[in-house]
This record gives sequence, C-alpha cells and structure tokens, in this order.
Amino acid sequence: MSWFVKTIWSTSVGRKLVMALTGLFLCTFLAVHLAGNLQLLKQDEGYAFNKYAVFMTSNPLIKTTSYLLYASIIGHAVWGIVLTIKNKKARPQGYAYQNESVSSVWASRNMGILGTILLVFIVAHMGDFWREYHEYGTSTPMETKTYIDEKGETVVYKDLYHEVVETYENIWMVLFYVASMVAVGFHLCHGFKSGFQTLGVNHPKYLPVINSVAFIFWGIIPAGFALIPLYIYFNHI
Amino acid sequence: MNLTLKVWRQKDASSAGKMVTYPAQNISPDMSFLEMIDVVNEGLVKKGEEPIAFDHDCREGICGMCSMFINGRPHGPKQGITTCQLHMRSFKDGDTISIEPWRAKAFPVVKDLVVDRSAFDRIIQAGGYVSVNTGVTIDANAIPIAKDIADEAFDAATCIGCGACVAACKNASAMLFLSAKVSQLALLPQGQVERDKRVERMIDQMEDEGFGSCTNTGACSAECPKEIGQHHIARLNREFITAKISSSNK
Ligand code: HEM
Ligand code: SF4
Ligand code: FES
Repeated sequence: MSWFVKTIWSTSVGRKLVMALTGLFLCTFLAVHLAGNLQLLKQDEGYAFNKYAVFMTSNPLIKTTSYLLYASIIGHAVWGIVLTIKNKKARPQGYAYQNESVSSVWASRNMGILGTILLVFIVAHMGDFWREYHEYGTSTPMETKTYIDEKGETVVYKDLYHEVVETYENIWMVLFYVASMVAVGFHLCHGFKSGFQTLGVNHPKYLPVINSVAFIFWGIIPAGFALIPLYIYFNHI
Repeated sequence: MNLTLKVWRQKDASSAGKMVTYPAQNISPDMSFLEMIDVVNEGLVKKGEEPIAFDHDCREGICGMCSMFINGRPHGPKQGITTCQLHMRSFKDGDTISIEPWRAKAFPVVKDLVVDRSAFDRIIQAGGYVSVNTGVTIDANAIPIAKDIADEAFDAATCIGCGACVAACKNASAMLFLSAKVSQLALLPQGQVERDKRVERMIDQMEDEGFGSCTNTGACSAECPKEIGQHHIARLNREFITAKISSSNK
C-alpha cells in the first residue's frame, strides 16, 4: 500500500482528498445527529431522545460507524491544520495591499479558523454529553429515568435528556452553541461544494443539484441544530 | 491624468524591499499601464535614479510576462486582460495606485517587480509535454476530435503561464496553471501516452517548488486573464485520482 500512503501523505491533492472524504462523511453524520436531536422537542419527558441515545450507543453497525467518525474528525482536523500551515508558508511575504473580496468569498478564505472553532466546539461538546453518557472519568453514574414503552413494558434509560435540558438553561451555553452552529454554516457554505470539487465532481449537469443540497447542509441543518437549545432555553426560564 | 504610484522597490533577491511613492504626471488615458510606467521610468532616468524594473515582452496579452499586482489584484482591476492590455482610462485622475510583484515562495523576487517564474517551467518539464516524433506535417483531419472536446482543450491551451492564479490565491497554489496544462493534454488523443505519469509528476513538482494546495476559493479563475475555469481543476483532480488508482507507477 505504499503508493496509497504516499498519495494521502505527501501529495497536496491526496491530502485534499482526505479532507473532502472525511468532511463529506462528517456532513452525513450531521444529518443523522440532527434527526436524533429533534427528538428533544417531543413533549414526552425525554423518552424518545433517551431511547435514541441507547440505540446510538448499542447498535453494532452504528458503533462501528462511530469509530470511523472519531477517526474522521481527528483526520480532518489534523490534516486541516497541517494544510493551513503549509499553505501559509507558500507565501512567506504577504502583499502590502490585497483586495481579496472581489475574487473569493470570506468563508472560503477562513476554513482553517472556522474549522478550529468547530474543533473547540466538538471537544467541549463531547467532553460534556458524550463523556458523561459513556461515564468516562465521571465520579457519579448518570441518573436514570423509568418509562413505560409502546408495548406497556417498563424500561430504564440513562437520562441524557435531563442533562441536555439542564445545560441549555444556561444562556452562555446556548450562545456558545448557537455561535458554533454559525461557524458550521460558514464552514459548509464553502466546504460542501468544495468537497465535491476536490473529488472532481463538477459538471453543468449535476452542479445545480450539489448547490441545492449544499443549502440544506449550510443553511437548514445548522439552523435546525441552533433552534433546539434556543427552544429549550425559552421553554425553561 | 496625474496619479500617485506606490511601487515595490527591491534592489536584488537578497535585499529587503519597500514601497516607494512616485508621482506620475501628464499621463494620457489612452496609454497602456506599461507605457505609463515607461514614462515614469524616463523621468527617473533623467533624474539619475534607478528605473523601476518590470517584466514584459509582447505587450499584447500573449506572452504572460507582465506580472504586476495592481491595487491588490493581479493584472489590475479589469476582468480577462493582462497588465499590458490595461489602459489608464480604467483609472481616475488623482488616483493612488499600488504596484507590487507576485508574492509566492515559489516565485522569488529578482528585482523590484520582476519575479523568477522558472518554477512553472520545471512543472512543464516534469510532464506538460507529449512525446511524438514530429516527422512530416500530417493532415489536420487525420485524427478526428469532436468539436466540443477540441474547444475545451483549446480553452485550456489559452493559458499563457502568467502566474496571476498563483498571485491571487491565498495559498499561492499553482493548481489552475497545472489544470490548464493537464486538461489540454488529457482531452486530446496525442496526450494519452503520458496521461497518468503527467499528472502525477506535475503535481509532485508543484509540491517540490513550494506552491500551496488548492482550497477551491475560486480566486484564480476570477483573476485569470484567460478566464480558465474551475472545472479544469476538477478535471485535474479526476486525472489524479484515476492515475493513482490505475497507473503502473508504484
Ligand atoms: C462538523 C464538523 C465538520 C464538517 C462537517 C466539515 C466539513 C468540511 C468539508 C466538506 C470540507 C471541504 C473539503 C474540501 O474542500 O475538499 C472541509 C474543509 C476544511 N475543514 Fe472541515 N469540517 C468539519 C470540522 C472541521 C474541523 C474540526 C476542522 C479543524 C481544524 C476543520 C478544518 C477544515 C479545513 C482547514 C478545511 C479546508 C481544507 C482545504 O480546503 O484545504 N473542519 N470541512
Ligand atoms: S491559468 Fe490563467 S492566471 Fe494561471 S498562469 Fe494560466 S493564464 Fe495565467
Ligand atoms: S507583455 Fe506579454 S502578456 Fe503582457
């Protein structure tokens, strides 16, 4: 496999392919994650959401995919930072005056900064809910809640719902979350289309489709994420 | 017209440079940008000062030599033209105009506005050619090529290697230049023999020369005097992927 390792390790286009594949994979994850989070809006004391959390952490297919996901986040972030630093070095002396905004959009020039904001968010976010749910390094186990399921049987789930609601009763957490979703929006405003361009998918026949789907990813999905903590906050004050 | 120029002056490759202000007086709006600098230089020579060094050759938009970063943009404010095709009527009387050389690690400044673009030559030497024995001239229609393919290849072939794409790119990436060369040859039957090797070698060479990688900002196409499009970069990426998967190079 040496040609393969060489390709993704030491060629610029190969490194970009890693960015595109991991980035687009993370996009599919965003869609699945939002579908789950929308369960928070149900008025069922967290039954649907807590059940979803059990599914996400026990289904073998999802568990396997989650390792791919962790690898993708790390790979994408590390390569993203490496590429950004390498690209900075390609112009050691800058211009005294450069008018960049006429030829490119802001988001496309700031993927490194936007990505770094996302990295901070992902680490904080996982340190919160993911770590507590898996009880990695927590002193007390997560509280549980008992529900009667659709078949009338008694089920006991870890009460992640309660954790989430408690967190987003704090306005600062809400603001941090919403700001991060704005960053996701900008990152994908350029990133989604860019990923396809990197993979060589650019053709007048399917570009319009990519552009429409891109709007779902940079507009609708981040807005959907951001609405949930706002909803919780305004419902619980 | 009377203008104020802020020009990058640098004695040689090893000296530090700086922006220096010069007045440009009695400039005709019908002059080209290079003629305007000629006038300023005449004045400098008369005063016994060193004239501003800049590259140029054809002065008609085909050689790609006249690299100047004018008011923050390669080849100045107009779309689809080189510096030598830019006329002073594109500016207003009393304007201040900043003029800098291309900035990239791979394009070191030689003097003032002159940069060394031989990195492009080495990229071409790495793979931007076809090896066919020329022999006698063959009939133009001996090899049938569809009109749309020929047009697309021709569009790519209009690249004059000026380096504006590198100058505009925030990563000083040479991807648009490479994509024009790779596209042109990948589309034509004559380019098939070295197809895989070409793209692999040219990309390796680009890396070795110290150009950045592409972030798909699109600045290169927006500033390219020949308006080479982003779809050529997509084709370069496809050529690269297929070469890596299917070529015999280990
Ligand atoms: C929700 C998480 C994320 C998603 C869905 C995502 C998605 C994407 C996509 C689709 C691209 C386009 C790839 C291409 O141009 O070929 C991209 C590029 C990029 N991402 Fe992310 N990303 C995420 C998180 C991050 C993080 C945590 C970083 C950390 C530093 C990061 C840094 C970058 C950089 C620097 C680029 C530009 C790379 C380049 O074009 O050279 N991203 N991202
Ligand atoms: S692609 Fe355009 S900007 Fe780049 S070298 Fe060729 S003509 Fe100049
Ligand atoms: S001098 Fe030849 S293109 Fe401008």
